[in-house]
Formats: sequence, C-alpha cells, structure tokens
Amino acid sequence: MSFFFTLVALVVALGLTWRYLGSYMAAVFDGRVRFLKFIERPVYRLLGTSPQQEQTWKRYASAVVVFSAVSILFTYVILRVQGHLPLNPQHLGGVGSALSFNTAASFVTNTNWQNYGGETTMSYFSQIGALSVQQFVTPAVGIAVAMVVVRGFARKNSATVGNFWVDITRCLFYILLPIAFVFGAIFVSEGAVQTLAGTATIHDVLNEVTQTLARGPIAFMEAIKQLGTNGGGFLNANSATTFENPTGLTNFLSIYLLLAIPFALTYTFGKMVGSVRHGVALLSVMVLLFGVWVGFTSYGEHQNNPAVAAAGIHSSVGNTEGKEVRFGDTSSALFGVSSTMTSTGSADAAYDSFTPTGGLGLLTGMMLGEVTPGGDGSGLYTLLIFAIIAVFIGGLMIGRTPEYLGKKIQAREVKLAGLGALVMPIIVLLFTALAVSVAAGRAGPLNAGPHGFSEILYALTSQGNNNGSAFAGLTGNTPFYNVVGAIDMLLGRFAIMIPVLALGGALAAKNVVPESLGTFRTDNGMFVGLTIGVILIIGGLTFFPAISLGPIVEMLSHGRFF
Amino acid sequence: MSHVLTPSTSESASRGVAQARGLFDREILRQAFFGAFKKMDPRVQVRNPVMFVVLVGSVITLLEAIAHPSTFTWSITVWLILTVLFANFAEAMAEGRGKAQADTLRKMRSETAARRLSPDGREELVPAASLSKGDTVVCEAGDVIPSDGEIIEGIASVDESAITGESAPVIRESGGDRSAVTGGTKVLSDRVVVRITAERGHTFIDRMISLVEGANRQKTPNEIALTILLAVLTIVFIPVVVTLQPFAGFAGATVSVVVLVSLLVCLIPTTIGALLSAIGIAGMDRLVQRNVLAMSGRAVEAAGDVQTLLLDKTGTITLGNRMAANFFPVGGHSEQEVADVAQLASLADETPEGRSIVVLAKENFGIRERQLDESHVFVPFTATTRMSGLDMGTRQIRKGASESVKRWVAEQGGSVPADLDDIVERVSRAGSTPLTVTDGAVVLGVIELKDVVKQGIKVKFEEMRKMGIRTVMITGDNPLTAAAIAQEAGVDDFLAEATPEAKMALIKQEQEGGKLVAMTGDGTNDAPALAQADVGVAMNTGTTAAKEAGNMVDLDSNPTKLIDIVEIGKQLLITRGSLTTFSIANDIAKYFAIIPALFAIKYHQLGALNIMHLHSPESAVLSAVIFNALVIIALIPLALRGVKFRAANSAAILRRNVWIYGVGGVLVPFVFIKLIDLVLVALHAY
Repeated sequence: MSFFFTLVALVVALGLTWRYLGSYMAAVFDGRVRFLKFIERPVYRLLGTSPQQEQTWKRYASAVVVFSAVSILFTYVILRVQGHLPLNPQHLGGVGSALSFNTAASFVTNTNWQNYGGETTMSYFSQIGALSVQQFVTPAVGIAVAMVVVRGFARKNSATVGNFWVDITRCLFYILLPIAFVFGAIFVSEGAVQTLAGTATIHDVLNEVTQTLARGPIAFMEAIKQLGTNGGGFLNANSATTFENPTGLTNFLSIYLLLAIPFALTYTFGKMVGSVRHGVALLSVMVLLFGVWVGFTSYGEHQNNPAVAAAGIHSSVGNTEGKEVRFGDTSSALFGVSSTMTSTGSADAAYDSFTPTGGLGLLTGMMLGEVTPGGDGSGLYTLLIFAIIAVFIGGLMIGRTPEYLGKKIQAREVKLAGLGALVMPIIVLLFTALAVSVAAGRAGPLNAGPHGFSEILYALTSQGNNNGSAFAGLTGNTPFYNVVGAIDMLLGRFAIMIPVLALGGALAAKNVVPESLGTFRTDNGMFVGLTIGVILIIGGLTFFPAISLGPIVEMLSHGRFF
Repeated sequence: MSHVLTPSTSESASRGVAQARGLFDREILRQAFFGAFKKMDPRVQVRNPVMFVVLVGSVITLLEAIAHPSTFTWSITVWLILTVLFANFAEAMAEGRGKAQADTLRKMRSETAARRLSPDGREELVPAASLSKGDTVVCEAGDVIPSDGEIIEGIASVDESAITGESAPVIRESGGDRSAVTGGTKVLSDRVVVRITAERGHTFIDRMISLVEGANRQKTPNEIALTILLAVLTIVFIPVVVTLQPFAGFAGATVSVVVLVSLLVCLIPTTIGALLSAIGIAGMDRLVQRNVLAMSGRAVEAAGDVQTLLLDKTGTITLGNRMAANFFPVGGHSEQEVADVAQLASLADETPEGRSIVVLAKENFGIRERQLDESHVFVPFTATTRMSGLDMGTRQIRKGASESVKRWVAEQGGSVPADLDDIVERVSRAGSTPLTVTDGAVVLGVIELKDVVKQGIKVKFEEMRKMGIRTVMITGDNPLTAAAIAQEAGVDDFLAEATPEAKMALIKQEQEGGKLVAMTGDGTNDAPALAQADVGVAMNTGTTAAKEAGNMVDLDSNPTKLIDIVEIGKQLLITRGSLTTFSIANDIAKYFAIIPALFAIKYHQLGALNIMHLHSPESAVLSAVIFNALVIIALIPLALRGVKFRAANSAAILRRNVWIYGVGGVLVPFVFIKLIDLVLVALHAY
C-alpha cells in the first residue's frame, strides 16, 4: 500500500512541478526572469557576450564543443594532480590517466559512469571542484541544446537560435543552483552527511574491530546528482547508503528530483512554441512508456528470485537480493526505472541482483534512447528527434508534406533526425561487439554465459546513452573499458547533440505553414501513439537480437515468459 | 465538361494520350519482365540504397551457396535474387505504362512537309524538321500543323484530338488568347499563317514524350526525404545484424552467414524500397490518364500540399453563361407582359443569354417564338448604349443595364416606375444580373440573368474544406454579385473585380503566410500569376505564354480538374507513407520467425518466441524471405493505382491508414509466413 501512496504523492508533486517549474523555465529562457541581473551582467562581461548577441546554430554548436572540451581538460587535470591540491584529508594520490580520461568524459557527458569507488579515489577537491562542477554545468548544456530545438519551432525565418553562454548562465543561476541548494539543505536536515573533515575511525568494542567511515561533503552533491540527472554519487554504493540517502523522505525526494526537470521541460516546450497541448502530447509519450516500464520492472522485482524459488524457498516480499531493506522491492524498482529512464544512473539497490525481468526493464529503459523522460534537456531533444520521424511518416500518410508545429519536415530535417536516432544503437552495438570479441573485453564480466553478456551490453548501453548506471559484475577500471567507455560516452553525447543543434538551426530558418484541417495533428492521441511506435521500433527492433541473447534467454531459462 | 465531377476517371480517361491500358496489359508485362533483368546492373541498383543492400546480400549468399551447397542456401539465394528482380519489375511496369503512351505520341509526331513563307511572300515546301523558331508557315484545311506556333493571321477550326482526345474541333484565331496551335494537330477549315515558336525537339509533343517516359525524372523533395529515412532504416540494421556474429560467438554459438543476410534483408524496408520509384512514376501516369501534363514531379507533390485554390468563376464554378431565371414586373404590369416583351427584345439576340430569355418565356408562359420579318430591325448591343432590342416599325423595344434604360426612357419622355430601383437592387444583391425591359417609354420590368453554378461543385468544395483547403473564387464581377455566387457555390472566399495585379497580390499574400497556392489560367495576362503560384495549371486552349508559365497543362482545358490534381498529389504521398508504415510494421513478425531460428541450437529456450510454431529453423527463415519477396509483387497493383483516397480531414485519413497499413502491417506477415511455412512443409522441402 505504501508503494501506492508513494506513487500518488509522486504524481501530485511532479504534476505541480510540471506546470510551474515548466512555465518558470520558459520565462527564464525567454529572458523574462531578471531578478539576478546583478550576477548575470558581470558573468556576461567576463565572457565577452550579451543576451543581444544571438548565435547561429554553428556558432552555438562550436560554443558547446569548446566549452565541453575545456571541461574535459579541466576535469582531467584536476584528477591527475589532486595529490598536490588542497582539501585532501585522506592524502589520496593522483588518479591514473585512463581512469581520469574515462571519468572526465563521463562527467562532461552527464553520464557519471564511475569506474572507481568515490571514497577511496577522489579527494574532496576533486569531488567538489571537478565532479560537482560538471554535475551543475552539464545539465545546463543539455537544457540549452534542448532550447535551441524549442526555439527552432518557436521562431520563424530566423538565422539565430539563442546564445549558448547566456543560456547556460541563466540555467545555472535561475534553475539548477537555487533548487539544488534548497534540496541540499533538506538532505542535510534529514541527516545526509555534509563535512570537509576526513574519514572517521570507530572502534567497535563489541566485535573488537576498527571501522573507517568514509564521509565528506555529500548532501549538497546529492541534490544536484539527482536534479541534474547525473547519478554519480560521492560514495561507491550511491543512494543505497544512509550517508547519501538517509531516510524515506530523501529516497522519495531523490526520485522526485530525477524526474522533475525532464518532465517539466515538456511544459516549457509547449509554452515556448505557443501550444501547451503540444507539450502535453510529449509528456504523454514519456509518461505512458515510463508507466509501463515502472509496472513491468516493479512486477519483476515483486516476484521471487527465480533461483531462490527453484530452491523451494518462498518469500512474500519479492526479490530482496541486493536490496536496501529500508526501501524494499517495488520502491527500489521505481527508483531504478526513474534512474535508468532519466539517463541518471544513480541507484538505491544493486541492479545486477534484479530478476531477469527487472533487469530487462532497466536495460531496455535505456535502449529506448533515454527519452522517457530522459536526461535534463537531452530527454526532450532526443524525443523531438523521434517525434520528427513519427511526424514524417504520419504526415505522408495523410498526403501532405509533413509538418510539425508549422515547420515542414523535409530532406534536411529527416537527415538530421535520422542521424541523431542512428548514433546510439550503432555505437552501443558496435562497442558491445568489440568488447565480446577481444580478450580485454571478455575479461570484464564476472559471470559467464547470457548474464555475462548482459553485463557487457548493460555497461556499453549505459555509457552510450549517457546514463551511467552500472549492472555491476563488470570490472570496468581497465584500460580497455576506460577508453572504449569514454569514446562510447562522448559519441553518445556529442554525435547526437550536433545534429540536434543543426536541426534547431534548420527549423528556426523555416517559415511557418498555417494550420488547417488538412494538417497532421501533432497534439492528439494518434500522434502520441505514432511517436511511441517509432521509439519502440527503433529501440526494440535494433536491440531485440542483442537482448534475446542476454536477459531474454535468462528469463526464458527459468521457464517463464512474460 | 462535367465528366471530371463524377467520382473517378479511370474509365473515362480512355482518350487522347491516355490510351486505356489495363493495369496488367500483356505487352507492358512482357517488356517489364525483360526490363527487370536489365535493371540488375549494379550501376542502376546503387541508386536505390535499400535494394542495393539486397543485391550485395544475394551475392554473398550466392558465394556461400557455391562454397557450401545445400537446398537451404540455394533457396535463400534464389529468393533474394527474386526480391531484387521483383523490385526491378515493379519499376519497369510503371515505366512501361509511360513508354506505351510515348509510343502513341511518337506515331503522331508527323514528318510532314511544311509550307514555309519566305520573306518575299513566296511559299516553299520544306520538311517540317527543318523549321526553326521564327519561321512562318501557311496551313490550310487538311494540313497538319508542322510545329508549335502562334497564329499571326486568320482564323481556323482545328482538330486537336490527337493531343486532347476531344473530337470536337476548336477555333484558333490570331490575336487574343486563342492563338496558340500545337504541332501535330490538324487544320479542318480556313487558312492561317502560323509563326513557329518552338525549336525542333522542343515542341509540346516532344516534351510530352519525355515526360510520360520519365526520361529525366528527378526525385521530388518528399521522395528524397523518404529515401533518406529508408537509408537510415537500412544503415541501422547493418550493425544489428553484423554484431550478431560476435554476440553469438561470445555465447559459444555460430550463426550462418546466409541466415544473417536473410535477417538483414527481412529487416530493412525492402517493400517500400522496391516500390518507391514505381509509386512516383505511377503518380505522374495517373495525371496523364486524366489528360494533365505535369512539367515536374515536384509540381505534382506540391499539389498535395496546396492550401489555397484560386478558381476562376467562369467555367470552373459556373457554367460560363448567365441564364434567364425570372421576370419581375414593375409599375403594375404583369409577369406575362414582361415575358412577352422580353422575348421580343431577344428574338434576334443570338448570345446564350438572349437565347435563354426566349426559352424561359416559352417554358414558363407558353409564349411561342415569333418569326422575324423585314419590318423588324435588330438593334445590337454596343458599349455606349449598353442596350439591345428590336425596332418593329415605330415600336421600339429595349433591354439593357438599368441605368442606360432609365436614361433612354427619360429621353423618350417617359417616367420610371418607383419600384424599379428596388427590384434591380434586389436582383443584384442575389448575385444575378438585372436587365431592364422597356417598350418605348413604358418600363415593364426586369429580367434576372443568373450565373448557373455547376452541378456538384458545392459538394467538391465541401470535400476541399474537409481536407483543410481554402477555395477562393476569382471573378471580374462586382463584390455584390460575387458574394452571392460565392455563397451559392460554397467557396470560402472570393476576389471580386479581380485584375491580374490583384490576383498576383493575393497569391503573394497567401504564400507569405506559408501557404501553397494553386490556380488555373489561360490568358497571357495570367502568366505572371501562373508562374508565381506553386501549382499553375494552364489550359491547353490558352496562350503559349500561359502554358510556359504554368507547371502543368490541362489538355482538356477544364479548370475544375484542379481539384482532381490536388487529390492525385495527396494520393501519391499517402501511398508512399502507407507502404513505408507497412514495410516497417512487417519487421515484428519477421523477428519472431528468425530470432528463435537463429539461436535454436545454442538456446533452445528462445523457441518460446517461435509463436507461429514454424516447422524448423530453415523453414522459418526461408518463409520470412519468401514472404518478403512476394509481398513486393502483391503490392505492385497498389503502388501503381495508389492507395484509395477519400476526401476527409487529416485525422480520419490517418486513422484509416494507420489501421490498415500499420496494424495490418503487423498482423499480415504472421499469417502469411505461417502459411508459407505450411506450404514448404507440405512440399516436403523441409
């Protein structure tokens, strides 16, 4: 029953956030919110820009690339030299080059794949100055890119798509920083740890052992970890630990924060293009798929572990292996789906221990392309790619050059959307094929057979989708997985972002075709259905053979087929 | 005229260029059969990325079949090659229909002699082929006009049935909008001097030939966009299939290359890939069937996108001639009196309006037509008097514009009844033309001349509205008249007292709002607007300038056909979209056939996915490949005829097509793959 109430509370909270945060974000990106002018102005002066200096999509894209390249370098250097930097009470040495590269790529792509244990690898300076900084700026970059596409629809005959520097500045100061601060404070008040003091040593008299407790500036990182759909926790065990996620409330708020911005951006979209109905349509696509996946995965976790059941032991509390007992089966499944479907990747349970059905839910949740609701910004812009393909096919079926919000979808748009949709399945499949073909890759998984395959497939799917959740069981901190993973993450982020920016530019330059009865409606159930169809077909058809060799075989091996 | 208003014209189009040929004419089938093999050339295939992948795949399986021969590998190889052949066959079929029409046209292109006029006025006999632009030739009754040109002297009746199929001769005369003549047509009477306006090889017929043959067919914008999408859907499945080998290797299984190629071919959108160009060619062909020549595929596609139709009132919306509809008496006279005098006034008036007055008086009041004799003098209409009538001795009967008649009556010393102005006003307001009738100084009443709206046109406009297309009536009438006719015909808007400039301004205004505009025209002054419009349909009877400015020519010169053109444009896109959906939806069943078969040995558990209970792994894969090939053949008629089009709003059309081609596309292959599997088993193939 408590799971039911959690869902109701979540729906109510997200509904309000959708409406009000959505409309607030529209105001921020339209430049109508100016109460922090005094911060904005010096920042623009420093960057040598101003809101009036609009950029073409190419200028915008180069700004994104330059900014991200500098971020990678900056993060890489800090990790390498952290031994010589302050805020290092544990005197941790510099991080190795392959791992530093992987981690830099991981945090700059909003993936937060962690081939390391945070408490034993990263100094406080690295956690705050390198990793947390990226946890703030990368969602801002994602949202900024989404705004370019939104403006593409909202504007007409326009050569420019906004100013990257202004967009990320506003996103940071008006949206991410204030919300993260408020929720960070709540996490602190609930008991999440926030300190710069080093590890604590406790002598357990009863058991005659000495424990070293890792701690640090955790609570404030926690809020942006979820809000920014980042997922990289301070501690290795992520949100399963009491230091990161102390209470039922923080667990609830974690799930809420994961979903808040990705869902709310559909309202922002609707508001900015002048039709909230269109935002509702996109929201419906997200919610319907998300709901099905939550149901499927929760159902899977609510079953007995098939191996345990085979041993004749029956439990009434579902699959408890690898679960925090505080959260239980269905709630962990909800957290897991929220985290994998938002490209976040944080965890309050061990995903590797999910039942085959539950694991399939998590894996396929990412394979849909992280659009339901997906990451901050990236969810919306990737969904729009699928929507454009749906509009193209649907539009042809009614006998008109397809148009979406009055913008004709022609060869260039189809090419860019197609490119954006192609990247993810191709890199995930090719890198997985590479990993299973070479010795260095085969050495990674803990398990053999289909589960071992699932572990590799999961890792490269997670990185290619900029999710960052780990199925565990895979030894990732090897030169092979560090480098291949980093390339997977970088392509999964930027090889999609650049066509998306070009798409925004192409759309903005177009005139608007007035709507008529003959127009393909893009704000009704049929459109929602078609878009879901396209997402399922591209995600499903491309990954079906691969998953049939992993989770599906596992599932069927226990004699059950769902 | 009204034949285009009947539902479909595939039966009625058996004229002129549009030689009626059944969909599966034996000659076309024969040529397409050989054409299918000729198109196997890789240089031809590479233009179609989807089918090229199939061709490459079939080469791989062929090598495999040679290296490791088995019934299975050979069967797959043969069916893959058949898949490519079927695609070629579809395209060759579509082209064949055009070629047949081109041959008819070629036969018509005469190699006759021309009577060229030299500068000094002498006539010399030269072969038509030697004529160049600017030459003048003489054509007399019985001569075939040697090339396209313009009459600069004389008037003639011309038989244009060779092009239009219309057997009734048309009048062509120098000056004005009826001066253009087409090479290959025949002068039936009189003598004309024609100045040649086209170089040899660039005449109207030459252009028609290359158009129907699709010689330099270029892909249309939507076709390009769709080709890109199909390429994307092809590219994405290549890694899907290629990576299966290492994935299987990791599981300790091996997958046969032949099965992988089969899987790839089944997953890529071969159905639409095979039929795409046939659909495009067939779309042009359907226009030709209706005697419309589109100068480019782009124009046909634009027709489907049109949001505003500009329609000339006369000839498109109304029958062209106004007809007498009522007699209104004034000043206490009776209706009978008005009818009597009105008929007298019109006895000698040979205009259609005049004849209709005589007929109305006879039909409604039984007034017999009276014979004219020498005592009757016809007073013709002139621009200054704006009246016509009859002088019978001293009795002067007149009918004409109210103001003119009033002035004339005043000159005669008569007075105007008080209720005349009211009635004239009322008739005008109803969209009709009032003619005031007077017998000497005594004004008797008013004749109402009504524009007769074409039968069925209102229903057509209703359909247009459902499709979201705005219809605008263009007329030279005053706004009052225009408004009334617009209402009667059911158009959305009208442009009254239209000048060529106003028409042009309207088009530009619509286009600035992002709308695509279609119009028809025939006069030289229509040329700029025809060029500006996204779809400009020139009437074949029109001037050369108009025909060159537009991007379509209607050989029947029937402006109402614009509506049909819009429907054909839409049908073309719908056919492509529906078959794409069908093609993609098919993949689901193919997966359920092939995936369990693929890993049957290693993971017998996957047999649970074999929900069709196919006999064996080999029969499953082969059944999917055979289905994939046969579905192309099965859909050729649909590709050539086009998906059935019904005028409805977008939501209704979409719902219908999603159900048929989307949901149907998911279910149909399950049934047929199972059936093919049963047949294979029955044949003891496996």
